[in-house]
Amino acid sequence: MNEYQYWANDPEEAAVPMDRRGFLKTTGTGIFLFFKIRDISFFTQEGPGRVAQQNVPSDFNAYLKIGEDGRVACYTGKIEMGQGIVTSLAQMLADEMDVHIDNVDMVMGDTDLCPWDRGTFGSLSTRAFGPSLRTAAAEARRVLIEMASEQLKVPVKDLATEGGAVFDRTNTKIRTTYAALAKGKRIERHLTDPVVVKKPSEFKIMSKPLTRRDAREKVTGKAQYAGDIQLPGMLYAKILRPPAHGAKLLDVDTGEAGKVEGARVIRDGDLVAVLHKYPDVAQAALSKIKAKFDTPPANVDDRSIYDHLLKVAPGGKVVAQAGDLASGEKESSSVLEQTYLNAYVAHAPMEPHTAVVKIEGKRATVWASTQAPFGAREEVAKELGFRTEDVRVITPFVGGGFGGKTAHRQVVEAARLARLSGSPVQVAWTRSEEFFYDTFRPAAVVKIRSGITGKGRISFWDYNVYFAGERGAPHFYEIPNHRTTAYNSSWVGAEGAHPFATGAWRAPGNNTNSFARESQIDIMAARAGVDPVEFRLQHLSDAKMKRVLQTAAEKFGWKPAKSPSGRGHGVALGIDAGTYVASIAEVEVNKGTGDVRVKRVLAVQDMGLVVNPAGATIQMEGCITMGLGYALREGLHFKGGEITDLNFGTYEIPRFSWLPKIETHILDDENSPPQGGGEPAIVTMGAVIANAIYDAVGARIFELPMIPSRVKEAIHKG
Amino acid sequence: MEETLRFKLNGKPVSLTVDGDRLLLWVLRTDLGLTGTKYGCGESFCGACTVIVNGEAVRSCQTPVKEARDKEVVTIEGLAAGNGLHPVQKAFMEHDALQCGYCTPGMIMNAYSFLRKNPAPSVAEIVEGMDDDLCRCGAHKRIILAIQAAAKEMHGGL
Ligand code: FES
Ligand code: FES
Repeated sequence: MNEYQYWANDPEEAAVPMDRRGFLKTTGTGIFLFFKIRDISFFTQEGPGRVAQQNVPSDFNAYLKIGEDGRVACYTGKIEMGQGIVTSLAQMLADEMDVHIDNVDMVMGDTDLCPWDRGTFGSLSTRAFGPSLRTAAAEARRVLIEMASEQLKVPVKDLATEGGAVFDRTNTKIRTTYAALAKGKRIERHLTDPVVVKKPSEFKIMSKPLTRRDAREKVTGKAQYAGDIQLPGMLYAKILRPPAHGAKLLDVDTGEAGKVEGARVIRDGDLVAVLHKYPDVAQAALSKIKAKFDTPPANVDDRSIYDHLLKVAPGGKVVAQAGDLASGEKESSSVLEQTYLNAYVAHAPMEPHTAVVKIEGKRATVWASTQAPFGAREEVAKELGFRTEDVRVITPFVGGGFGGKTAHRQVVEAARLARLSGSPVQVAWTRSEEFFYDTFRPAAVVKIRSGITGKGRISFWDYNVYFAGERGAPHFYEIPNHRTTAYNSSWVGAEGAHPFATGAWRAPGNNTNSFARESQIDIMAARAGVDPVEFRLQHLSDAKMKRVLQTAAEKFGWKPAKSPSGRGHGVALGIDAGTYVASIAEVEVNKGTGDVRVKRVLAVQDMGLVVNPAGATIQMEGCITMGLGYALREGLHFKGGEITDLNFGTYEIPRFSWLPKIETHILDDENSPPQGGGEPAIVTMGAVIANAIYDAVGARIFELPMIPSRVKEAIHKG
Repeated sequence: MEETLRFKLNGKPVSLTVDGDRLLLWVLRTDLGLTGTKYGCGESFCGACTVIVNGEAVRSCQTPVKEARDKEVVTIEGLAAGNGLHPVQKAFMEHDALQCGYCTPGMIMNAYSFLRKNPAPSVAEIVEGMDDDLCRCGAHKRIILAIQAAAKEMHGGL
């Protein structure tokens, strides 16, 4: 077994490099089923960079192989970074094909073996890729039955499948196996027509909880991440970094570094690096380099950023509207105008960006921690001047991504240094490089004007979001007059907006938008003197959302009360990636220090068909736990382009002692298509805690993170 | 300064000529090829680099290799005998106490050393014992369950 391909079964296959056309020839005998993601709109609506429609391959973007050994493999450009698709996709495949799950291999994120895929983000693997995978698997099963019918001389209608075998229902001794059917053959099918997939009542593997299939490698230390790839002659590179974004290298003295035994200093324009066979020695040598930088003056910092953003905001784009704001305002007995802020937040995956690049002649092989191997391939090809098909990107296990590993600076650096040095090179960022070059969740501002009538109905809603992105911006309440406007409608800022790079961060845009919307709804509920659950129900017509909220209230044991009730209970709703979420939290606030202790978080979600209930539950728990961070502590400190949080000493992320009691419930909705699971439950975390704080102490927090000093100040203001 | 160091690594004697001031993490990962031990922060904040030296969990990113001289070092690769699994590893698998898995070796090594000292911990004690180990994926709830289960399974014996 190729040690880098945990899910590949065939060593030959994993080792042989192939280009996109070539792999059709070199994948050997077996039955192949090529398919593409059915709903192409998923690919063009969001994600890193912009991909033109014509770049999306129209023939296929994944395939199945039924091998002579009876194993079934799915080749896909999607990657596993902890979200669990290595398990849930295999469940779909095994169930639809009637093979044992242990006989399923997932070959993921290898650009030579797998057809083009845009990347793994946006909770798309299950909701967009999953249905296509299921139809392909069902079609493969149909093809196998047809072949068996011919071979066994039994009509198709009498044949059934189980455990990788086809048999005659009327005489089960008449049987053959997928392995036997595939033997010595090369059959290719393209999935074109719609295929009937199993009904939920027929599921044997889907919708049943299954523990992670990659757990054994991960608990034994055998799982390899990009930094664990060691090649003969490989050198570790440590790169000279500027003190701030925008700083220019004026002068550099590498003399002392070059004297370190075994160290190679490389300078190519602004790129100054030390290479050594040991990463720590390279790092020590790098620290001997004396460099002078010209750092531009810091015009903005973590306090002044919001004014700056409002000043440079581009014109707005209306993303939703109805009715007439002015007439809504006229009907209002009270009008509320609020501004909500949130700081830059780091992705901070435990595995920093890492890449290994090996160049042989005109071909390069890359091992990278990436969410978008095909994007990385293109960048490397461009950097090296190679043809795209001469670059192979292999994605080993990825140690967390959350949107941050769709950027590939480290891959390009490794490629450049491999070319310059003539040796295979590994670039593994330190934690401070990871902070410095992160594509942060953008600092953002939301301004809302809204009103309620004397009868406690929301009369108008004027919602304006700056720089967060429009995902999650439109509300889902019954409001007759409303308008939602996005200024800079992506999480990537316009030129000059942010002092460093920003990008997609787990449920991009939606964390900011849900914090603002659900806080404002709560303020109106309090103004109307109505219980916040009741107030929401009064303004919801969507049956799905109502059911989610009602279930949450019931499971939590919610007792209606006007907020602030002093109990510290808060509620918030959200929709993300097609999934509906209701969260309820209980907090305790120390009035003296402003410290907030989250004691309990309950989340209910409707995500349509659930492929792996165990995996979905873990994702919800992960969302809740991670969400505590941006709600309570995570806010990047910086002065201009200088990032002053460079490790976990000052940038605090959630830890065991923060852990509330977490309860999760997934509603039964198996007849609806599957929706996203890796992101939704995080979007409500800001508001649910803010609302619970208000309920506890009557103080409203308008800025994330809700650090103790901020909470204390709000309490004192009254 | 290069020196020859001898110590026991995962039950086997090793002899190594290295600069004793180099950090154990990198010597394990590169010179000795044991990549199960991870780098997460390099400054003692995260615990991804945790290994056991003479029964104590240490952060290998802060430990000069010379401190291992004549001692017994155990890494994630050597926690279980042969191809088997240690009860802590098994509990992590059974409770899905991991997502991306990058923090997992460090979590398991720290949990192992913690359970040696406190074989029947309360949840509060587990939280305290694990609090300096970071997991960005948010597997915390499951890790606590796994440690409780492992404690039960081991009945106080390791
Ligand atoms: S790498 Fe040693 S504590 Fe983080
Ligand atoms: S499982 Fe990903 S950091 Fe813990």
